[in-house]
Amino acid sequence: MYSNILPTTIAFLEQLFNRQATPEAAKWLKEKKDLVKSSETGKELYLPFSAAPRYVGKSTLSLTQKELEQANQLRKGFTPRHWTTDQLARTILLLSLPHENADNYSKTILKLFGTADMGELVALYAALPLLPHPEKFVAQATEGIRTNMGNVYEAIALNNPYPSENFTEAAWNQMVLKTIFTGKSLQKIYGLDERTNSDLARMLSDYAHERWAAGRTVTPELWRPVGPHINQTIIRDIKKLFASQNETEHEAAALACAQSGYPEAQALLNQHPLLKLKISEGQLNWSHISQKAITA
Amino acid sequence: MRFIDPHIHMTSRTTDDYAAMQKAGIVAIIEPAFWLGQPRTELGSFKDYYSSLIGWERFRASQFGIKHYCTIGLNSKEANNEALAEEVMELLPLFICKEGVVGVGEIGYDDQTAAEDKYYRLQLDLAKEANLPVQIHTPHRDKKAGTIRSMEVALEHKLNPHMVIVDHNNEETVRDVLERGFWAAFTIYPNTKMGNERMVEIVKQYGSERIIVNSAADWGISDPLAVPKTASLMLEQGISIDDIHKVCYQNALDSFGQSGQMKESDWMDNTSIDQSQKLFNNSILRGGQLPTIGEIRTNPIFDSNIIR
Repeated sequence: MYSNILPTTIAFLEQLFNRQATPEAAKWLKEKKDLVKSSETGKELYLPFSAAPRYVGKSTLSLTQKELEQANQLRKGFTPRHWTTDQLARTILLLSLPHENADNYSKTILKLFGTADMGELVALYAALPLLPHPEKFVAQATEGIRTNMGNVYEAIALNNPYPSENFTEAAWNQMVLKTIFTGKSLQKIYGLDERTNSDLARMLSDYAHERWAAGRTVTPELWRPVGPHINQTIIRDIKKLFASQNETEHEAAALACAQSGYPEAQALLNQHPLLKLKISEGQLNWSHISQKAITA
Repeated sequence: MRFIDPHIHMTSRTTDDYAAMQKAGIVAIIEPAFWLGQPRTELGSFKDYYSSLIGWERFRASQFGIKHYCTIGLNSKEANNEALAEEVMELLPLFICKEGVVGVGEIGYDDQTAAEDKYYRLQLDLAKEANLPVQIHTPHRDKKAGTIRSMEVALEHKLNPHMVIVDHNNEETVRDVLERGFWAAFTIYPNTKMGNERMVEIVKQYGSERIIVNSAADWGISDPLAVPKTASLMLEQGISIDDIHKVCYQNALDSFGQSGQMKESDWMDNTSIDQSQKLFNNSILRGGQLPTIGEIRTNPIFDSNIIR
C-alpha cells in the first residue's frame, strides 16, 4: 500500500538523520542499509537493528515546523516529533528490507518484535504507519497496547495513525480507555474523533461513574469521544457536568453537546449562550480542554 | 571501596543477595548467559532467558542500586544438542548488540566435543563481527589443555587477546593465559574452583595486571560476596589498595568496557534508587513492604572473609 512512497520516505528520514548524526554514523548507516537492501533472509537486518544506538547515539531530534508538515504530507498522521537518532536509523533499516513477499517481510519484522528490548519496541511500533503490508502487524500492535512499559505504549497509541487505520473497534476502544486510565492526554491519539463509537461512549461513561462513586474526578477530555453519542443515559452525565463547580467541566459539557444531534443536548447548550458563542467563534475547542487538563 | 563482580548469575539468586552485595560495595555486575542446571529443550526457552537478562533482571538489580550488564551466548554444555544449537545460533544476532550487552559469553569448552568446538568457533566469529569482548568458560575436566585450546582457537579466528577474558583460571593455567596477552579471570567458588586465600597468593606472585576476580555465584552453593570478601582478605594480607582496586574493579571495567556499553558514569552519576518503580506491571515489593527511596550507602561487614 505504501511501497510507492517508500523511496521518498527513506530520503526524508535520511535527510533528518544526516543533519543530526556524525559523518561516521551516517557512513555506518549507509553501509548497513545497502546490506539490508540485498538481504534475502532478513538476517542482515538483525545485528545493525539492535546495534544502532552503539553507532548513531540516542539524541532526540529537533524538527522544524516545516519538517513536521513535510512528514504529514508524506504520510498523513506521521509525526516524528520526539524521535531519536537510533530510532531514525532503525526505521530506515526496516524500510530498506526487501518487501515484495509479504509473508517473508512480516516474518522478519515479527521476529524483531519477539526479541526486542524497550528501545527497539518503541522504534518498531512508531514505524508501523510507514511499513509495507500494514495488515500483517495488527495482532502485534493490538498485543502491544497491553504493555506496561509507558514509552512503548505511547509509541503505539500517541502521534501514530496506525491504530485508527487498522485496529478493530474492540482494540481501539481499549486503547482509548487505557490512555485515559494511564493519565495520558487524548489529544495525541490520531483519528480520535473519526473512530469514536457508541460502545466507546458507554465505556467512558461507565468509567466516569466508577470514578465518581469512589469520590474521584475524571479528565474533562473524556467527554470528547462521548459527545457524538449522547443518548438518554449519557445526557445525565452531561447535566452533572453543567451542575459542577468546575469551569472546565462546563466547557467540556458544552463541547460534547455541540457535537451531538440529540435534541436534549442541543437544548442544554442553548441554556449556556456564552459557551455556545465561544464554540461557534472557535475560541473554545477540545485542544483548549486538553491544554487545561495537562496543566491541571 | 567499590567493586564489580563481572561473572554472577543473578537469576538464581535472591533479593537478600542483592541487598548484601550492595551493602558490601558492589556497584556493577555482569551476568553471563549460561546453562540453568538442566538442559533446555526448546528455542523459546533460550529466547525468554536472554530477554530476562536484558529486561527483568536488569530492573531487579537497579532496585538495589546495582548496575546490571550481561553477556549473551550459547554455553558449551548445550552446544552438544546440535539441532537446538543451530537454532540458537540464528537467535544470537538478535541479542548480542542490545543495550547493556557487554560481550559474547560464556562460551568455550566443557567436554571438548566436536559440536562444542563448532559452536565456539561460530560464536568467536560473531563476536569479532560485532566487535564485542568474549567471555570464555574453561572446562572443569582436562582444564589446562582445554584452556590452552580455547586461546589457540581464538587466535586462529584472529581475535585480539585483549578482547578475550579467559575465566575460571587456577595456579596451573594463569601463566599461559597472561603470557599470551589474554585477561585472566578467577572464580572464587567454595570448595571447587578457587579459594580466596589461594587468590591472594596469585596476586602476590603475578601482580594485578590483567587479573580479574569474580564469584560466578549461581544456583549451586556459592557466594555472591566472594569479590568483596577476597578484597578484604587481600587487604589483611598486605596487598596494596591499588592492586586490589585493579583486580576487583578496574580490570573488569577496562576489559568489558571495550564493548562501549559499560561506563563508570553509569553508576557514579546516579546513586539513588526508587523501589516504587515497576516493570511489566511487576514490582520487587510484596504486599505491605515499604519501598526504599533515596540515597544508598555501603557498609562492608562480613561474617567471614575466608572462602576455602
